[in-house]
Amino acid sequence: MGDYVRQLPEASADLARRPSLALRLHIDVPLLLLLLMLTCFGLIVLYSASGTQLGAVVRQGQYFVVGYVAMIVAAQIDLQRYQRWAPWFYLLGVGLLLAVMFVGVGAKGAQRWLDIGGFRFQPSEILKLVMPLAVAWYLASRALPPRFSSVAACLALIALPSALILSQPDLGTALLIAASGLFVVFMAGLSWRYIGGVVVAVFLSAWPAWIYVLKDYQKQRILTLLNPESDKLGAGWNIIQSKTAIGSGGWEGKGWLNGTQSQLDFLPESHTDFIIAVLAEEFGLRGVLALMGIYLLIILRGFWIGFTASTIFGRMVAGSLTLTFFVYVFVNMGMVAGLLPVVGVPLPLVSAGGTSVVTLMAGFGLLMAASTEQRGLLH
Amino acid sequence: MSRAPRKTVIAPWRFYLVVIALLALPTLLVGRVLSLQVLDTDRGRSFLQNQGDLRSVRNAEIPAYRGVISDRRGEPLAVSTPVISLWTDPAILAGVEDLSALAGALETTPSALRERLDNYAGKRFIYLQRHLVPVAARDILALRIPGVYGKREYRRFYPAGEVVGQLVGFTNTDGAGITGLELAYDEWLKGVPGQKQYIKDLHGDAVRDIGVLEPARPGKDLRLSIDLRLQYLHHQELQRAMALTGASAGTIVTLDSHTGEVLAMVNHPVYNPNSRRGITPAQTRNRAMTDMYEPGSTMKAFTLVAALESGRYSTETLIDTSPGRIRVGRKVFPDPRDYGEITVSRIIEKSSQVGVTRIALDLGHQPILDVFARFGIGSMLATGFPGESAGLLPNRERWSDVEKATLAFGYGLTATPLQLAHAYSAFANDGILQPVSLLATGQPGTDGTRIISGDLAAQVLTVLQRVTEEHGTARKAQVPGYHVGGKTGTVHKVGPGGYQDNKYIALFAGIAPIEDPRFVTVVIINEPQGEAYGGGAAAAPVFSRVAQGTLRLLNVPPEVPAPAELTVAAPASHTSGAIPRAEVSG
Repeated sequence: MGDYVRQLPEASADLARRPSLALRLHIDVPLLLLLLMLTCFGLIVLYSASGTQLGAVVRQGQYFVVGYVAMIVAAQIDLQRYQRWAPWFYLLGVGLLLAVMFVGVGAKGAQRWLDIGGFRFQPSEILKLVMPLAVAWYLASRALPPRFSSVAACLALIALPSALILSQPDLGTALLIAASGLFVVFMAGLSWRYIGGVVVAVFLSAWPAWIYVLKDYQKQRILTLLNPESDKLGAGWNIIQSKTAIGSGGWEGKGWLNGTQSQLDFLPESHTDFIIAVLAEEFGLRGVLALMGIYLLIILRGFWIGFTASTIFGRMVAGSLTLTFFVYVFVNMGMVAGLLPVVGVPLPLVSAGGTSVVTLMAGFGLLMAASTEQRGLLH
Repeated sequence: MSRAPRKTVIAPWRFYLVVIALLALPTLLVGRVLSLQVLDTDRGRSFLQNQGDLRSVRNAEIPAYRGVISDRRGEPLAVSTPVISLWTDPAILAGVEDLSALAGALETTPSALRERLDNYAGKRFIYLQRHLVPVAARDILALRIPGVYGKREYRRFYPAGEVVGQLVGFTNTDGAGITGLELAYDEWLKGVPGQKQYIKDLHGDAVRDIGVLEPARPGKDLRLSIDLRLQYLHHQELQRAMALTGASAGTIVTLDSHTGEVLAMVNHPVYNPNSRRGITPAQTRNRAMTDMYEPGSTMKAFTLVAALESGRYSTETLIDTSPGRIRVGRKVFPDPRDYGEITVSRIIEKSSQVGVTRIALDLGHQPILDVFARFGIGSMLATGFPGESAGLLPNRERWSDVEKATLAFGYGLTATPLQLAHAYSAFANDGILQPVSLLATGQPGTDGTRIISGDLAAQVLTVLQRVTEEHGTARKAQVPGYHVGGKTGTVHKVGPGGYQDNKYIALFAGIAPIEDPRFVTVVIINEPQGEAYGGGAAAAPVFSRVAQGTLRLLNVPPEVPAPAELTVAAPASHTSGAIPRAEVSG
């Protein structure tokens, strides 16, 4: 009641409504809360998945600190500035990919890393952010929905880095980065005719691609997906073990740190690509649904930001980044559940890995920048 | 938020498509996870849970604790203690670079160990070392060498060692009884192994126990009729006798005359059941039950029974044994000297061949055989002991006079020491023969059979007592403070080509105390050396010492007053009742 008395008159309400702390820091509070939940959940699962090694959790936590800093920094920059910088980012990204081709370091037959003063990172990760920015930059200055020439130019923009990544070789990342660019085109209002045409073309090119393009290990991944039992100890091992882990979790799960598949080393890559199987085994279906719920809320929030963004550029970038995030989650979960081929996509923000966390968080920083711009207009 | 200006170029259908995709794809995922995780489809939850368990859950046997074998007073004779056996998977261990630590712990060399692994290269299980003390095994397991595992087992220990080794027997490395009572009562002792579940990881290491599926049911204990104190006494006296006589083997067995329980049973040579390297069957044989001897003159007591039962003789009937030898067919049986005309009782006391031959020829072989058979000669004692012998009672169509005579003084038939003791126990038990028992029963069995009248048994006891007295052959069997009875025997050993002139077996079957018998003891000394080779010289003194100790341990009060200097302080009323037969005590 006393509060009511002390309120300022209606006429000066606008003056009194100073921007909130979150707005001044360019933070989207719902998104931040969801990300924090995901981070905590992920670290708990990681502790179990890494064989109860606190060191792995601490290291991942440090990556997250860097990631959150990257997110806040990325959120402070105006979207227009991103738009202006986009072509330079793009050129830098392609340059780094070329550098990987010549001076990159690798492991297991793939050359994906750059080593700069002892600090190793994957330039392809940067492209996950740069690609939507570049395509959105190009389309923002063109008439929308895009004409054929614009679409063709976009495809060229997309094809160059994708091809470079594919040559590393890293099919999974190449597809995801290509998809992130295509999502921008889609968000820009790509005509149905093009979409239908592409679908037909994909089906037509699938056969020659199978014969000429796909490498043996890629074909093997698809074949083992279709019939994992055919090579139980080799290619089928991962999927059989992960399905067993998921299935034996049941509704309630076996309890944290009690999963036999994960704790006893049966499940391969348990702390990276297959971490969701650990979750499924130890926390059961409840845990899986909870995690999927958090992801879904993050994605819905991302789309909300995208659809309410005040500029076309913002809309396209936010929509594309969110869609890409969704694809990551879906491909990883589908992979572990045996729905999709094992393409080596980590579960975003839960699987162990530094570069991925930093780029993803920077991406969310971009979303927050878009959100801030939109909310800023209200005040 | 919805108030935000919408200058969107994105068509509604596009928005809806995204939303549908956003909802449809996760639905697909959820459906997939649901079918794997919750729904019970063909390859769904149960299948996968089972698969998960197959990878990690293993069953293992819990060894059952083998029952304890104890003496009648609960002293342990055979106990199982937990040990750990180390085993390995050669396929894994062969991949270990440095075997020096393991080899050192196993007291071998790395190259020898490596060679052993190569020999078993195709196998997945070999023992590295059986039955290690748990502490030592844990030290080795703590090295965490891949492929080296421990297995819980029990090892049998025999606290009394050689003293009761032949009777108790022993188990093999896997814990199964293979000789003696360990074998006879294996089913009773061994119990039923249980099952437990544990979790192993990808590398085969046991991570943790889940639980016991079926607890191991321990074997049941076995309480023997043996009294370990008496057993030690017998053992000690037998060893002493072996040393004194230079004999090659021997047996002493003592039976409770009322219950038929075996109170002590020792043999020589002996072995140590706890360290069985290099033992021979000669050491492990429980001679008291497996070996057959010609009982010799000890059988004259039963010939006496036949004579008394015939009604033609009493113990005081006079028989002329002059001139100290008798010709039967082409054989001459001599007495040590000419005893002249003596009573039947004196014939037994002196163990006169001439007297017994006369009685036997008069009675014929059939009544004597009947008596022997009634006393259990030639039939199994049914103790279930592995390798138990029945002895041999001849069953001929035609009997020559020589055979009739030798039967009467104990040649041409065989019996085990235990059978002999058993037969004598009927005299000590008022004519009733109790079945022999190796297990503690604690009370007289009801299934004893009367084989002679009590009066007859008393008459025989009187004669047997005289054997140990002034004129008898077994004066050395006397026990200070008590009256005892018994019969000596001396037989020639059978060798290649018949009876050997210079190899003997000395026997003595005795009963103590003679007024109210408590036990029967049979002493057999195989091949005593030197002059003291006969039953009276080699076996009777052993009985004396054994009976003395046994009477003391059984708390049997002396019947004869102790020497005067020890009883000065005793009240007159206590000594007055024990005056008769005081003349013997010298």
